Amino acid sequence: MPAVSKGDGMRGLAVFISDIRNCKSKEAEIKRINKELANIRSKFKGDKALDGYSKKKYVCKLLFIFLLGHDIDFGHMEAVNLLSSNKYTEKQIGYLFISVLVNSNSELIRLINNAIKNDLSSRNPTFMCLALHCIANVGSREMAEAFAGEIPRILVAGDTMDSVKQSAALCLLRLYKTSPDLVLMGEWTSRVVHLLNDQHMGVVTAAISLITCLSQKNPDEFKTCVSLAVSRLSRIVSSASTDLQDYTYYFVPAPWLSCKLLRLLQCYPPPEDGAVKGRLVECLETILNKAQEPPKSKKVQHSNAKNAILFEAISLIIHYDSEPNLLVRACNQLGQFLQHRETNLRYLALESMCTLASSEFSHEAVKTHIETVINALKTERDVSVRQRAADLLYAMCDRSNAKQIVAEMLSYLETADYSIREEMVLKVAILAEKYAVDYSWYVDTILNLIRIAGDYVSEEVWYRVIQIVINRDDVQGYAAKTVFEALQAPACHENMVKVGGYILGEFGNLIAGDPRSSPLVQFNLLHSKFHLCSVPTRALLLSAYIKFINLFPETKSTIQEVLRSDSQIRNSDVELQQRAVEYLKLSSIASTDVLATVLEEMPPFPERESSILAKLKKKKGPGAVSVNELEEGKREGGELNGGGERGADTSAIATSNASTPSPSADLLGLRAGPPVTAAAPSAGSLLVDVFSEAGVNDDGFLRDLEPPTESSDSLLAEGPGDSDSAPTPPPSVVSEEPAPPLPESNELLNKFVCKNNGVLFENQLLQIGIKSEYRQNLGRMYLFYGNKTSVQFVTFTTTVTCPGELQSQLNVQSKTVEPLIEGGAQVQQVINIECLSDFSDAPLLNIKFRYGGALQNLTLKLPVTINKFFQPTEMLSNDFFQRWKQLSQPQQEAQKIFKANHAMDTEVLKAKLLGMGMALLENVDPNPENFVCAGVIQTKAQQVGSLLRLEPNAQAQMYRLTVRSSKDTVSKRLCELLAEQF
Amino acid sequence: MIGGLFIYNHKGEVLISRVYRDDIGRNAVDAFRVNVIHARQQVRSPVTNIARTSFFHVKRSNIWLAAVTKQNVNAAMVFEFLYKMCDVMTAYFGKISEENIKNNFVLIYELLDEILDFGYPQNSETGALKTFITQQGIKGQHQTKEEQSQITSQVTGQIGWRREGIKYRRNELFLDVLESVNLLMSPQGQVLSAHVSGRVVMKSYLSGMPECKFGMNDKIVIDKQGKGGTTDDPGKSESGGSGKQSIAIDDCTFHQCVRLSKFDSERSISFIPPDGEYELMRYRTTKDIILPFRVIPLVREVGRTKLEVKVVIKSNFKPSLLAQKIEVRIPTPLNTSGVQVICMKGKAKYKASENAIVWKIKRMAGMKESQISAEIELLPTNDKKKWARPPISMNFEVPFAPSGLKVRYLKVFESKLNYSDHDVIKWVRYIGRSGIYETRC
Repeated sequence: MPAVSKGDGMRGLAVFISDIRNCKSKEAEIKRINKELANIRSKFKGDKALDGYSKKKYVCKLLFIFLLGHDIDFGHMEAVNLLSSNKYTEKQIGYLFISVLVNSNSELIRLINNAIKNDLSSRNPTFMCLALHCIANVGSREMAEAFAGEIPRILVAGDTMDSVKQSAALCLLRLYKTSPDLVLMGEWTSRVVHLLNDQHMGVVTAAISLITCLSQKNPDEFKTCVSLAVSRLSRIVSSASTDLQDYTYYFVPAPWLSCKLLRLLQCYPPPEDGAVKGRLVECLETILNKAQEPPKSKKVQHSNAKNAILFEAISLIIHYDSEPNLLVRACNQLGQFLQHRETNLRYLALESMCTLASSEFSHEAVKTHIETVINALKTERDVSVRQRAADLLYAMCDRSNAKQIVAEMLSYLETADYSIREEMVLKVAILAEKYAVDYSWYVDTILNLIRIAGDYVSEEVWYRVIQIVINRDDVQGYAAKTVFEALQAPACHENMVKVGGYILGEFGNLIAGDPRSSPLVQFNLLHSKFHLCSVPTRALLLSAYIKFINLFPETKSTIQEVLRSDSQIRNSDVELQQRAVEYLKLSSIASTDVLATVLEEMPPFPERESSILAKLKKKKGPGAVSVNELEEGKREGGELNGGGERGADTSAIATSNASTPSPSADLLGLRAGPPVTAAAPSAGSLLVDVFSEAGVNDDGFLRDLEPPTESSDSLLAEGPGDSDSAPTPPPSVVSEEPAPPLPESNELLNKFVCKNNGVLFENQLLQIGIKSEYRQNLGRMYLFYGNKTSVQFVTFTTTVTCPGELQSQLNVQSKTVEPLIEGGAQVQQVINIECLSDFSDAPLLNIKFRYGGALQNLTLKLPVTINKFFQPTEMLSNDFFQRWKQLSQPQQEAQKIFKANHAMDTEVLKAKLLGMGMALLENVDPNPENFVCAGVIQTKAQQVGSLLRLEPNAQAQMYRLTVRSSKDTVSKRLCELLAEQF
Repeated sequence: MIGGLFIYNHKGEVLISRVYRDDIGRNAVDAFRVNVIHARQQVRSPVTNIARTSFFHVKRSNIWLAAVTKQNVNAAMVFEFLYKMCDVMTAYFGKISEENIKNNFVLIYELLDEILDFGYPQNSETGALKTFITQQGIKGQHQTKEEQSQITSQVTGQIGWRREGIKYRRNELFLDVLESVNLLMSPQGQVLSAHVSGRVVMKSYLSGMPECKFGMNDKIVIDKQGKGGTTDDPGKSESGGSGKQSIAIDDCTFHQCVRLSKFDSERSISFIPPDGEYELMRYRTTKDIILPFRVIPLVREVGRTKLEVKVVIKSNFKPSLLAQKIEVRIPTPLNTSGVQVICMKGKAKYKASENAIVWKIKRMAGMKESQISAEIELLPTNDKKKWARPPISMNFEVPFAPSGLKVRYLKVFESKLNYSDHDVIKWVRYIGRSGIYETRC
């Protein structure tokens, strides 16, 4: 940069600024500025031309005024004039003004671009740099349009100065970020990659940022950068700290460059080339070794730089996840940081360890630090570090240390920060469930959880306890006993009351033998909490009471008394009142047998994915949410095939599904004909989705909510009227008959005429992929069913049927699939197909499964079409025409003239015709525009030779398709199929 | 009620802070500074609500006065109090400036204790205040017990604004009718809005406890009397150009000494005046206003870089009267690069800092006309938005009341002392000033 000469001091500017600073009030400032603006306007207007110095001074003043927050609507021209000056300072001020006050005025932009172009092509490196900085600062689309082609050339030109190269690389990066479509690297790619070999470290540092950004978009093109980066890295790592001179920062050689190189390598899988890989491993080892060396300086900058490289190297090791040796070493290294006095280091170490824990190689190594981590959880001052420690504990937990970790987390929970309590609760609940060896431990843990942090225990947690207790006979007695004991505490959390009410209502009899927990004692204990609880809990307790009447007939009169009291039977809350009235009636009218049936023990819950896990994933925020979760979120947003009317349906169903039965009609529990069927009996599969949606929409987990709050419903549903029916949680509205094929299934079918692989069907729940191969008259099809949700599909069944006469034409055999698809999992089904004779219909595939209790039923057409059995036949022009003439009977020919649905691209047409299975014959038709094909359809019964001619008319955008084959039905069908394709 | 009162300088530093109620914390001081004084966008509303706390502010030169409350108070009362407070401070130490406030802060706290009690405004009559809040240090020694008890009985008595035993050799009184006339006129000369707000300010030097009666040409009174058949108007239209005899007053407010019950029943204004200067009444009229000046603008755009402006002003009152301090302000576009002005009378100058041409005339008689023409050079800009053409504004002072108000009489009765109405020397003066007097161009 040229030294500022004495004349460039710009006294006027300094005076102006000090005037403004001395202004007493806003008004005075505005007055001063107005005066100055008027002065500048008169100067710019003045007839005699201003010299560069004054122009620069006034432009500076304008810039200052603009930065004070005033509008500037002139002076652009003068600034552009400054650009063409030869003095550095004048040019610099000009560029500064343009970068700050860029104006989308078209003429001006042209002038600016022109000036920039001049500077770029000048040989003066400072001017080039100024121009590049200006482009990068503005970074607009116009700039990108004008210069995106120019800058790569400067970047790779041999004679460009290093400093300019640096600027050019960063400028290009900026343009690429703002308008990636305009920056086309293409031919420059390899030369840009070779900048990694540049002598000048600054250029390498700048270039690597660019390469990292570019390679994230198209990793394949930049693949070569891996080996270059590795060799560069190894040179830096192995260099002595004095080798790099300017680029050594507190005894660490080129720390920024090293970090960037390591980050670039993280964009790629481990190098396949053994030598490169060896070198890289060596580098990583050196970095780890260096970290062990005693520090060369006590300065914090030295350790910062060193650790930055180390952490970047560790993330690379974790990214590769293939070097057990390195992983363990990294883990040990991080272990040392766990007790470092730098808070940031502890945080980073814990964070990296979380990822290390998930790797199979280093899991064990991470586990050795358990004591330190637990200690960190207890004694750490910084809450964000504690949070990480909790995360790490969760990540390193397995069967061997679960008890310890859960105990530690539970004890920490009492003092934990409020912000992370809910997450901690969820984690404890998950770990307890996941690694529970005996379920009494699990029950203890969760009850403890509710006792310690009741407010943070979400619904899902206690639903889950109840699900598990109900499903496992061996813990029921223990659970009842523990709950009973827990409830004896003078103050217990409402969630505890809920769990207690539910479990005692179901299994109170198991502990009734003990005189200390006799039925009446149990009842009194529960009822002592009653008045402290909220309405939903009270409702649950009422259900528990009616269960008590069944379990212990001796309590009947006491409970009836309670139900009859004004506070129940005349409760202002409709739900409570209704329950009280209904239960009272039920207990007085029904005989013991009926009562016993109605109030039978709850049936086991179907196994499903823990809802807690889903909740935790949600809590983690968008960053950690898996694809499934996103899908679910979308569904909640409500974009199902139902469309507009769905809203109404959903709400209608939601209300009828809610726990409040309509007062009069359901009094006797005749919910046999749920309003759902009456509402839309024809809606078929649509309704199923809507139904499950209703649950999701309501509060996200209504489907999990069924057991507790709906207990009364199911009780009622089995009322005296239909006491023989088994309790089924949600009313099933969908018939078990296979649904009619989806309306779009024909379209789906057409998609597969010319290809064998792809996605057959996709909705919010399910994705069906297809892969098929055909030989002669035989075919094999692989169907892949993917569960897109996080919830299991149960009773998943598929059937393939051939309707009507297809049965005699096609022989289809399918293997059965597993009836259970885990959330996010995929299962495969193989279908063997044999073509007996030519056919025109397609076999049907029916899929049934239960998703969240609701039956899903859908039918698709399998993409098996006659053309799949084509055997291509090559023939010469003469042969073709001879055969063409032979098949001249009118019924053997099928012809169709139709409009083009897609663009008439020759290559696409060829690909489609080939995909159809026939041989495409070149040089047969006299008109080169036309296509002719020949093939033989192989069926078991016979072979059908077919010829095809397709005549495109580009002008009219029409096609004429003529198919001739030895069998009339085949010609017709082929013609039908193909006409949809073009 | 007012919870607290703060005075800030232009930088937002607190000069005076007096909190009257517990619901106002110290953080209120900062809240106002941050949200109003230092606000990004200029706060134009005089009432600001921040966190359920209301701030009422007025600005005098560079000083902010803010009254704070958490309750739902009568906003008009608060502002009235703030203005009164400004008057009191001006009466005590002159101009309200940062320096004066800093120099008199003890006095100000003393005053604040006196005129506000637990947030309720108290006696703010300067004359009365000056008897017991003085600037001469402790007066206790010199004051006799009698004097002290006299002050107490006066301040707490029925007529708190006047003490007994005042004696003047010459009984004299001065009556000023001060009006400001506001106008907005279209370029074609159509009146878009106009109103006059006026004040009657009285300075009385009267002995004893005189009973005064003030009469003016209020339409309601005149009409009532007209029905009664008595037309004793003292002189028809001495000043101004109005030939009408009565005016319609839209609303009016009085000094606390005026007996409102009498005004309500008889529409007569009778009172025992305070000693010295005070504002007897305030009023507003909107009908039949005499507009002292007419501004006729003519703006022509010559190309993109030149603007020609010609403005004619016509005085519209009796030729015998002289208007003073006339100032016409012609806004110029924001891209003005040079101005040439020619005017027949007075002086005209382009003031770049205010983006306006200011034309000043010292004196001008009625029924005259004068004009100015200016050529404005413009700098071509790439800004597409057009110049908004702000209105031409005007300032002046005329020796008559533009509302047409006339003082018909001011009678003084003092039964105890021996002087009659005829012995009192009375002076009446009319001054009309411009308020916001604008003409669009």
